[in-house]
Amino acid sequence: MEILQELFPPPPIPTLEQAIFIPIALFTAVCALLVVFSRNLFHNALALVGSFFGVAGLYVMLEAEFLAVSQILIYVGAISTLITFAIMLTRGMMFGATSPVNRQAGTAAIMISLFVIVLAGVVGAAPWPTPETRIDLATLDWGGYARLGSTTGEQIIAKLGHLFVADYLIPFELMALLLLVALAGAILLARDRKAV
Amino acid sequence: MVPLSWYLVLAAFLFSCGLYGALARRNAIAVLMGIELMLNAVNINLVAFWRHGLYPERLEGQVFALFVIAVAAAEAAVGLALIISIYRNRKTVNLDQLDLLRG
Repeated sequence: MEILQELFPPPPIPTLEQAIFIPIALFTAVCALLVVFSRNLFHNALALVGSFFGVAGLYVMLEAEFLAVSQILIYVGAISTLITFAIMLTRGMMFGATSPVNRQAGTAAIMISLFVIVLAGVVGAAPWPTPETRIDLATLDWGGYARLGSTTGEQIIAKLGHLFVADYLIPFELMALLLLVALAGAILLARDRKAV
Repeated sequence: MVPLSWYLVLAAFLFSCGLYGALARRNAIAVLMGIELMLNAVNINLVAFWRHGLYPERLEGQVFALFVIAVAAAEAAVGLALIISIYRNRKTVNLDQLDLLRG
């Protein structure tokens, strides 16, 4: 028995954060697998929504609450609606009459599994900062852009807003222009030319 | 405390799933979904490095992730409009049959 315990030590007991992280990560990973391996295009879209929700949960765990809300608003709210509309408008190969993958699927699967093994090896071997050295966000100076007595999360969001209109003003305005041009172009591309 | 490497491994897995979807799927919309998965994986990495980095008060990771989300939204809109336009002209969204440029 002692030899067995030496060979297979019991897994370390996860802390509370880890116990929350593991189900979220598993959910996200399973949804991502369904996105690429399910044959029904509509199931793919639903799994994609689940995966987006999982990523939003990860943002909350990383104390990036504003990003989590943006993720749900933009990805779950807008992009998945857009994808669902496109699926309904095109109706191509929805029910898997032919194979959902092309000829290079086998090669792609082999290369990508090698890629993920290499990537996991690199991540495992690299000397990342340990969780103990992680900086507590509450001890940092956030510049006082929020009103007095606000929580750390509110201060972070206030600083983020300040950065967008100060340090990152030009990228921010360019982003607005890009979105305007892209959406106007999308309408132009998708309209029915014969009807006009 | 969740170690940084857990986030990185999950992001690598999501990225690989998205890459497989983008390379191997026949349907153009499924390819677009793969691209969205890859962008999400990159965002996880950016935010995880921001949180575990040396200067979280600069918020660069979060700012960059927000820009990535905005570009992804623009990309999805244009991509889906292209797909709808192609479907209207060719009656298919199967990428194997879209070989107009083949010599």
